Amino acid sequence: MSTNDPDHGGDGVALQEGDLPARFENPGIPEHQHRMADTDPKAAKRAERQVAFLFVLSMVGTLVMIVGYFAVKMDHDLGFIDYLNRLELSNKLLGIGMAISLLGIGVGAVHWAKTLMPDEERIDYRHLQRGSDEVRAEAVDMLATGVEESGFARRPLIRNTLIGAMALFPLPGLILFRDTGPLPGKYLATTFWKAGDRLMLDPEGGPIKASDMVLGSVAHVLPEGIEEAEHPLNEKAKAAVLLIRLEEDLLAPESLPGAHGGIVAYSKICTHMGCPVALYEQRTHHLLCPCHQSTFDLTQNCKVIFGPAKRALPQLAITVDDEGYLVAAAPFSEPTGPSYWERS
Amino acid sequence: MSDSAINKVGATTGNWLDERLGASGVVKGFSRKVFPDHWSFMLGEIALYSFVILLLSGTFLTFFFVPSAAEVVYDGPYTTLAGQHVSEAFDSTMHLSFEVRGGLLMRQIHHWAALIFVVSMIVHMFRIFFTGAFRKPREINWVIGMILAILAVVEGFLGYSLPDDLLSGNGLRIAQGIVLGIPVVGSYVSFFLFGGGFPGEAFIPRFYTLHVLLIPAIMLALITFHLILVVVHKHTQYPGPGKTNSNVVGFPLFPIYTAKAGGFFFIVFGVTALMGALFTINGIWVYGPYDPSPIGAGAQPDFYMGFLDGAVRIMPGFVEFTVWGHTVSPNIFLPTLVLPGLMVTPALLYPWIEAWVTGDKREHHLLDRPRNQPTRTGLGVMAITLYTLLWISGGNDIVATHLHLSINDITHVLRVIVFVFPPLAYLITKRICLGLQRKDREKVLHGRETGRVFRTEEGEVFELHAPLSANDRWLLVGFDSPEPAQALPATDSSGVRRPGGALEKVRQKISKFYFEDRVAPVTPAELAEAHHHGDHEEISASGGGDEKHAISSGH
Repeated sequence: MSTNDPDHGGDGVALQEGDLPARFENPGIPEHQHRMADTDPKAAKRAERQVAFLFVLSMVGTLVMIVGYFAVKMDHDLGFIDYLNRLELSNKLLGIGMAISLLGIGVGAVHWAKTLMPDEERIDYRHLQRGSDEVRAEAVDMLATGVEESGFARRPLIRNTLIGAMALFPLPGLILFRDTGPLPGKYLATTFWKAGDRLMLDPEGGPIKASDMVLGSVAHVLPEGIEEAEHPLNEKAKAAVLLIRLEEDLLAPESLPGAHGGIVAYSKICTHMGCPVALYEQRTHHLLCPCHQSTFDLTQNCKVIFGPAKRALPQLAITVDDEGYLVAAAPFSEPTGPSYWERS
Repeated sequence: MSDSAINKVGATTGNWLDERLGASGVVKGFSRKVFPDHWSFMLGEIALYSFVILLLSGTFLTFFFVPSAAEVVYDGPYTTLAGQHVSEAFDSTMHLSFEVRGGLLMRQIHHWAALIFVVSMIVHMFRIFFTGAFRKPREINWVIGMILAILAVVEGFLGYSLPDDLLSGNGLRIAQGIVLGIPVVGSYVSFFLFGGGFPGEAFIPRFYTLHVLLIPAIMLALITFHLILVVVHKHTQYPGPGKTNSNVVGFPLFPIYTAKAGGFFFIVFGVTALMGALFTINGIWVYGPYDPSPIGAGAQPDFYMGFLDGAVRIMPGFVEFTVWGHTVSPNIFLPTLVLPGLMVTPALLYPWIEAWVTGDKREHHLLDRPRNQPTRTGLGVMAITLYTLLWISGGNDIVATHLHLSINDITHVLRVIVFVFPPLAYLITKRICLGLQRKDREKVLHGRETGRVFRTEEGEVFELHAPLSANDRWLLVGFDSPEPAQALPATDSSGVRRPGGALEKVRQKISKFYFEDRVAPVTPAELAEAHHHGDHEEISASGGGDEKHAISSGH
């Protein structure tokens, strides 16, 4: 055996001064070390028993699983806590039984292979992936013959029309996907809110009186009637609003026209990727999106002061109706939610 | 059954199969095929077995899961959610978890197996990378592996979107935000994908078909091809005495690997079952059904989405701009579409990049020790560092609450160190590799330390070193150490300009970057020289026995 493998240049045979090879010789496979079980029949017997024990253990695991399946009944009459406990017991019995059943077989088989099956290393030889020169020449000939017989090269009319047909035929495949959805139209630019809609508490429902909003209070609100919309979740994903009351003099001047007293309403849908901006820090008057930590400052008309969002949360102008309930004074004046290309 | 009875049954079955399938040829060709042994070769096995576990447990789940967004009222035993309007997908997942015996176990096994699948693929890929197993002739298998890893991440994301719970719904909302952020076509793609506005009712059945049929079928085909190529190429092996580039040293497929690999499947399945039994995962009953309005703090996606989420989190928002009435959102598409492309493309092309730099057209079946490829190893650690930092960024809120730090400070710091740490990691790793190589040289030249300290009559103190055995030495000297590509003259011998001169210059520059700092393996001549020096000291340390060949390096 040469130092380097024969395929890799064979530096090993080049000799240097003093007749030392340029590279070391590969010393060859080390002498085999026998295991205990190879030489000692007692050790072999011991290993045999260990393997058999593991296989028996697997059978026990299977039994545990079967018994667990039938013995632990999921009874609807149980109370909530008892039911959960029962479920946990069932899950553990089935899972641990299954694990023992599988691990017994697995560990047993591996132990068997490692202790009792021959561990003397064997050698296979590799050959280059490429075919021999003769085979390659034959293959090239065959392909050339095939091309010749097909007339692909000789008949450009057939060749070119085939290329044209192949280029066109996937198009219907693309077009077929057209009806997977409607075109966006004005959908992204509009919300369920219209002027006069009452602000309803989310999720409990019910209108809110301006007088109910004490200083520092926060409410999650939705437009009146949204549950009756054709797709309530789709509407909520655009129309969810946060209602907050803070001291009026803290509000930015541009917030004031849409505010009622110190009460302001802002879209709860993050202008970054659409998560609900549901965390309000009362002390700093910051709104935080839990998904990517975009932070909006209520006192600056919900401008972004940190994070990956760019645009301020849109404000919903509010007022009160004759009965003193908070209502939208106008729909949102700009699209809510994440940015998109058509948004100006 | 007696031995003779077994033989008789075997002979009858064998004959039946052979006469119909020519099975004897297959057995002759494959049963004694040799596979080398190493623990790191099991990483790919774990991935394969997890995939099988996913198919088995997933099939069970499909018998109970209803892929529909139609609204129903929950009235199951988990009374906390009683009366809530939920989708059939959520309702059937609750039913499957709480009322089907073994249903929760199967769900948890499925989810844990998915995580194990992705982790084992990633670690397997790094094993391939650091040992150079991607080199010719295995470049195609490297690409197949990368595609499989990407598909696995997509498949995982689709899978955990299906139960339609609050956590997955918000993940889906982010995905839709990403789609909306694609310039020009974003809102159209989103409308086609979701069948209209978000969330709509179409995505659950659509994602279901992708999750249980299309993507698994593609993955199964790719895995099959991946394994066929492993057999065709014969497995790589680690260097060592007797291992050459043209042999495979190991154990036969039957019976050794049948028992070991077959047994290992049961072990992986068993461990996954144990995790499903003991550790709750994705408890959708805690999150509740999806509703676009509520959300929990500290929400985290499955780990494999973490690096993308992290990239999004540390991206500053000010880069978004409007031009001619259109909104362009690099704050969204840079971290979610461009960055993954920038991370995957070089990795995908790496086998060709390295082959181009080294100009090496040979087949490689002997693995590299990572230290013997300092630049490649450095680049790999650089990639891991970048990935890890992005992943940590994805948990910046968790880091902040656990370490009581300001999330803003953490984010600012991460914005800087994602650019600074990876190159640093490259430099440090490369230096460590070179240091280890020098240590190897030292060990070959001066032997291993024996721990026996001697003092000469002149008062000189040194430690005796014992020479390495030929076997031990081989591991430290038996590797190729490429040198930087030599600059060729711009014109050839007949004065004609060489074609591709500019590209060749680039290649030389990169080659220099790769191999300028190199520690060549010890040659026999160098060892003889070292022995020659050592002999002088041996005289002064006159002792008996094993010091006969002792060499000192104690001065």
